[in-house]
Amino acid sequence: MRRRRPEVLRTPLGIVGITLLVILALLAVLAPLVWGDRATATHTDNMLAGPSPEHWAGTDNLGRDILFRTLVATRLSIVLTLAATIFGVGLGLLLGMAPLLLPRRLGRLVVAFVNVLLGFPSLLMVLFLAVILGVSTTSALLAIGIAIAPPFARLVYALGAGVAERDFVAAARIAGVHPLRIMVRHVLPNIAEPLVVNATVTASSVLLAFGGLSFLGIGVQAPQFDWGRLMQDGLAIIYDNPLAALAPGVAFVLTGLALNLTGEAAAGTFGAKSRIRTTRSLTERRSVSPRSNTRDADTDLVLDVRDLEIAFPGPYGPVSPVRGVSIALRAGEAVGIVGESGSGKSMTALAVAQLVEEPGRVTAERLTFCATDLRSGRRTAHDALLGTSLAVVFQDPMTSLNPVMRLGSQLGEAARRHQGLTRRQASARAADRLRAVHLSDPERRLRQYPHEFSGGMRQRAMIAMGLMGTPRLIVADEPTTALDMTVQRQVLDLLQEIRRKHGTALLLISHDVSVVSSICERVLVMYAGRIVEDLPAADLYTQARHPYTRALIGAVPEMTTDLDAPLATIAGQPVDPRHVPDGCAFAARCPRVTDRCRQEEPTLQAGPAGTVACWHVGDPLPAETKEVAVG
Amino acid sequence: MSRLDFEDVTVRYGHHTVLDGVSLTVPEHQIMGLVGESGSGKSTLARAAVGLAPLSRGRVLLDGRPVQSQGRRRPIQMVFQDPSSSLDPRMSIGRSIAEALPERLRRAPQRAEIARLLRLVHLDPDRAADPPARLSGGQRQRVAIARALAGRPTVVLADEITSALDVSVQGAILNLVREMQRDSGLTMLFISHNLAVVRYVATHVAVMAAGRIVEQGPTDRVFAAPATAYTRKLLASMPGGGPRPGP
Repeated sequence: MRRRRPEVLRTPLGIVGITLLVILALLAVLAPLVWGDRATATHTDNMLAGPSPEHWAGTDNLGRDILFRTLVATRLSIVLTLAATIFGVGLGLLLGMAPLLLPRRLGRLVVAFVNVLLGFPSLLMVLFLAVILGVSTTSALLAIGIAIAPPFARLVYALGAGVAERDFVAAARIAGVHPLRIMVRHVLPNIAEPLVVNATVTASSVLLAFGGLSFLGIGVQAPQFDWGRLMQDGLAIIYDNPLAALAPGVAFVLTGLALNLTGEAAAGTFGAKSRIRTTRSLTERRSVSPRSNTRDADTDLVLDVRDLEIAFPGPYGPVSPVRGVSIALRAGEAVGIVGESGSGKSMTALAVAQLVEEPGRVTAERLTFCATDLRSGRRTAHDALLGTSLAVVFQDPMTSLNPVMRLGSQLGEAARRHQGLTRRQASARAADRLRAVHLSDPERRLRQYPHEFSGGMRQRAMIAMGLMGTPRLIVADEPTTALDMTVQRQVLDLLQEIRRKHGTALLLISHDVSVVSSICERVLVMYAGRIVEDLPAADLYTQARHPYTRALIGAVPEMTTDLDAPLATIAGQPVDPRHVPDGCAFAARCPRVTDRCRQEEPTLQAGPAGTVACWHVGDPLPAETKEVAVG
Repeated sequence: MSRLDFEDVTVRYGHHTVLDGVSLTVPEHQIMGLVGESGSGKSTLARAAVGLAPLSRGRVLLDGRPVQSQGRRRPIQMVFQDPSSSLDPRMSIGRSIAEALPERLRRAPQRAEIARLLRLVHLDPDRAADPPARLSGGQRQRVAIARALAGRPTVVLADEITSALDVSVQGAILNLVREMQRDSGLTMLFISHNLAVVRYVATHVAVMAAGRIVEQGPTDRVFAAPATAYTRKLLASMPGGGPRPGP
């Protein structure tokens, strides 16, 4: 892999910060060598002079040049800052890692100790320690180091404990790796980024703290001098020569700025990796849509999607995870979409719910929900419609419920906003809805937080939230994948019951063919952003023609699967949306591939049941896949 | 010899009893399935065997001797559910596997051993330098299996190793598990909430509910003639709810 420019250097903030740091480092190394003599040379004939061409910032009470003294002081100031920071950060690392390495009880004691130390204001601690340890540069260094250690220890412990709970640490423990080694090899590298950022920012406060101590006379002692000391000298003559105090002051500001900007820029680049933007994208009208209104909208259709495309900007041109998908759902109809991860099935669901995140672009020849065109840009106008008529259920109910809000407020929120219900009405409706999804004791549940619920209960609460309005369509994206078999059955039964009772349409997305076929009437199979087969669920096991569909069916063991034969597998990898091949996207993994498949892309054609996009529909089924069909 | 015995194993967290006097024997050179709902204590039982869960009573024996949980040689290895969290994102897969090798090897033999293990799980040995992020979910799980095998274990605990994977990949991993077991005669505890998966790989099965074993026996017997209502309920909840009619 080619080395790229570090990300810190790609932001203006980072460039300024790093440049300043480099200049300071050069000064720290060179200034004492070049100007060392001039900074300490006394001139009794020229004491306390103002700025002049020879002495730009004037001279001090011994006639020494203040500008050169400030430049030369860079080394001591920075060396002390770094030394105190390194000492403090090192101490913090030890204190922070100790509870993770020590036996549980001893570890708790260390945590308590750190917490007590955190209770003291750090400046107070510095002054206290500086006085106890005596007045010298070393004791000031120790004092500052000890003062910054507790907050850093706390950070190390909090981040480290999070990583230590992960499975790869457990795996290393099982493999017999020594705890100290686990710490160095697995835990520290995974928390290094925030620690580095924090250490940089800490360094700038150490600089100030050290300057402060020197200024107060309990830091650096004469004849040594740092910026804090120079500032104090300058303060005495500030009315005669303001530059005497300002010059070291400017040095403080620039150094602090350099450290903070660098830290900030580093934090920005690290943070950006985990940040998710939640803006909702506007659905746009397709630029090329000559047939836009040629076909009349079927008024029975709850959802009518034609030629849906989703594109994300990529470094080498737009990437399209969904390419020309059409779905139509009537009231009360249940349609399932199956496919592997990356097939575009979840993206399709998100587009229907108008939840594709920036910078994704959704285009479609038709995108109509309850006879309303969702492509027009006024998304606020659709909010009420989507809020009451569309319910979305996601895979992980824990991440889709707000952990710090009681269930009642979360359920009531949408109803109060879109249906104008009062708090009391909303609460009564919420209780009623919880009863509808068979949660026991709904009034008590409303006052509980999501963590008090089991996975299945949360998923039901999520469905209940969708039922607060009177949804015409439920979009369920892997609603049972995180659940047990028994709970899965209950959730699927519940969706089925709602559909029967209210004539709600259901769009169910799953990677598991058996889940989809158990409650849907029609199954759409997606591969590489396209629908490759569309057939009635009842015919799925017997009439599926696309090799991909057949492989998906064969890969799932059932209670009747032949135990002596290996399970069907799909060779190779799913298509990367960035590199969609010409011809049939499945060609590279297909056992029946011919030259035609690699050159021409098949379109959906009528098959024995439903439609299928494969050049080999007419061919007789090979023997080994026939066997799969029985299972 | 590689029989794993749980004797009256009890695990408590505070006042909450997760495992309540579980006694179970995983027969040697066999795959034993462990099924049950979430929270029934399946994973805790596996974690207790490798010292990740503290026993408040009972013991875990390997061939009649207490399981060694110190030092570099660990005869029991575990594969976790989510391969994206069980591999260190900052370590190449080769290094992750090397870490589990019981003895320190020189560079060349170590590389050969890693290549052997990767080939064993049907991965290209040239990928040893790749970080986990460059691998798909199924490939990562293969690496996790290779790492478990690197410790030359006599017993492997597999905790829901296919539930975070796509069904198309699940099939390949299950084939791999059966192949490994057949070729090396491993003893295995295979935890899953999916009965069809357990039926496919395991010769024996134990059913767990609320921290206890409610039923155990040969897989075909337990699934064909379940003795308890709980097992019947689990069987009834399979999608499709029973055999599907043929064409």
